[in-house]
Amino acid sequence: MTTQATSVPAAVVRRSLRSAGTDWRGVIFQGLLILSLVFSLSVLVVLLADVFSRGWPVLAARGMDFATAPAASNAAVSGAGQGIMGSVLIGVIVAIVAFPLGIATAIYLEEYAADNKLTRFITVNIRNLAGVPSIVFGLLGLAVFVGALKALEIGPGGNGRIVLAGGLTMATLVLPIVIITASEAIRAVPGAIREAGYGVGASRWQVVRQLILPSAAPGILTGVVLSLSRALGETAPLILAGAVLGTYSSGNQDFVEQLSGSYTALPMVIFNWTRQPSDDFRDIAAAAIIILLGVTLAANALAIYLRNRYERAW
Amino acid sequence: MAQGILQPDRPQLGLQGSVARRRKEGFIGRVLFAAGLASVVISTLIVLTLGFEAISFLSRIELGQLFELGWFPRRGLFDIATVLAGTLIVTGIAMLIATPIGLASAIYLSEYATPRVRKVVKPVLEILAGIPSIVLAFFAVTVISPEVVQRFLGGSAFNLAVAGIAVGILVIPLVASISEDAMRAVPRSLREASYGLGARKITTTLRVVFPAAISGIVAALIIAISRSIGETMVVAIAAGGTGGSLFNLDPLSPGQTITAAMASLATGSDQVRGDDAAFPSLFFLGLLLFVLTLLLNVVGDVFVRRTRQRY
Repeated sequence: MTTQATSVPAAVVRRSLRSAGTDWRGVIFQGLLILSLVFSLSVLVVLLADVFSRGWPVLAARGMDFATAPAASNAAVSGAGQGIMGSVLIGVIVAIVAFPLGIATAIYLEEYAADNKLTRFITVNIRNLAGVPSIVFGLLGLAVFVGALKALEIGPGGNGRIVLAGGLTMATLVLPIVIITASEAIRAVPGAIREAGYGVGASRWQVVRQLILPSAAPGILTGVVLSLSRALGETAPLILAGAVLGTYSSGNQDFVEQLSGSYTALPMVIFNWTRQPSDDFRDIAAAAIIILLGVTLAANALAIYLRNRYERAW
Repeated sequence: MAQGILQPDRPQLGLQGSVARRRKEGFIGRVLFAAGLASVVISTLIVLTLGFEAISFLSRIELGQLFELGWFPRRGLFDIATVLAGTLIVTGIAMLIATPIGLASAIYLSEYATPRVRKVVKPVLEILAGIPSIVLAFFAVTVISPEVVQRFLGGSAFNLAVAGIAVGILVIPLVASISEDAMRAVPRSLREASYGLGARKITTTLRVVFPAAISGIVAALIIAISRSIGETMVVAIAAGGTGGSLFNLDPLSPGQTITAAMASLATGSDQVRGDDAAFPSLFFLGLLLFVLTLLLNVVGDVFVRRTRQRY
């Protein structure tokens, strides 16, 4: 083919391919899209500015005293100590109960279960459980966990309202999240790796433990971190599962007494202080929110980082 | 040696492997199966608890008490219409905010944003998604109520509109991320066919990509509605329905939602006085909430799966 000398210059062709004038509709549309993203961004900025401008002076002035003092009816001496203690214990219980149970379920569903009606039922059931509102888990915690502990006459006055009830409630709440994220991570491990394992004579469990779990570890870890952050930030289930909303004395309790006594959690403390009409309480609520956000946002950022860092295309 | 595998008295040389190994494998399999059943046990317990306690509540009251002037459990007035109306108003306002902003964010991220912009903006939305609802509740009473609603619309300090706006902000990331996934799943060839016919970017986006992703977008909205109905802390603090509320359709007045009614019953649960059906009504509300959100989630799931099947 020979290139013909065209009588029409390229610039004219280019111009005629474009429609006359600017596409104003397109420009306005794109502007609106950006505006909506700016809205989300500015909400985040205003929220953080509001919380920090109120809470930072409190944290700066009181320091460790705020993080260790118990809740009191006077805002100036009231602290988040009991809440932080309760949240740490709840986090530990969730880690002990929900993580192994959730990962084991994911291994069962992805590697062991036959594709039959029961398996499909369990899968659908887990998906639906993930969508159940958190306060409904609180009702479960109240009826089952608090109820059982009460029957055993454990807790202050035998009422069953101890941190174990709250921790188990949170564990059931995050269990579906752990299962779903761990399942996805295990499913992403290519079949060739399994077949290589079976090919050299490994048993099913050996394949799971030595090949699949190490390959899926970053994905599983992401889910674990996200669900821990969820467990620490949720409030609604604890209202029902016996956490104290307000002040209680925990004086010089040793560790065992704390496990069997009244409990509260950081979000419950924030809830209580936010309800109060006075600005002093709003300020210490903001200070507690800084601590809570510090933990949950750091956990989320870690999860996002893990996902982006170790996301691999097999 | 080759005959060894056929010798019945030496099963450890058979294809099934050694007895100890098989026993260990079987044990591990049963343990994992038991773990798999845990979630079924949890669901069963939820359904049984809610069912039994709700029936016990209904047997304690007369049905007429469910259709009274308002929701005042301590006085034996359990008007369902009051809490349903409050829930509907809060959810409606939340979706009025989350639908346009969430969808616009999704369209921008999926169709317009360069990879570099995406890399910055996506984590911001994910951080917004990670903020606990109690923090949004705080934001609602310290900023949204005084600086936005009261300044521009008036009304009382705690009202349904304040709660609705805060819940809307809470579900924006949910709408954005599910509908963005749906739009990114639309194959490139559809976009290229549209450009090939001379369509502009905006036409391609709104007439080709958007309709192709509609199942996923509908699913995103349904799941967001379900989430809004179940949100508790924001409404418990910002909607103003402490203790009880009259039937109210005005967004600028205090009102009661299903979840707020549950929270206020629960926070007073140690000192429940008055009507003896007040506390069990908590489980009745829980059942109502459970059934509503389950229906929405199942419908949403059907739409999500339809997107996956299409291409």
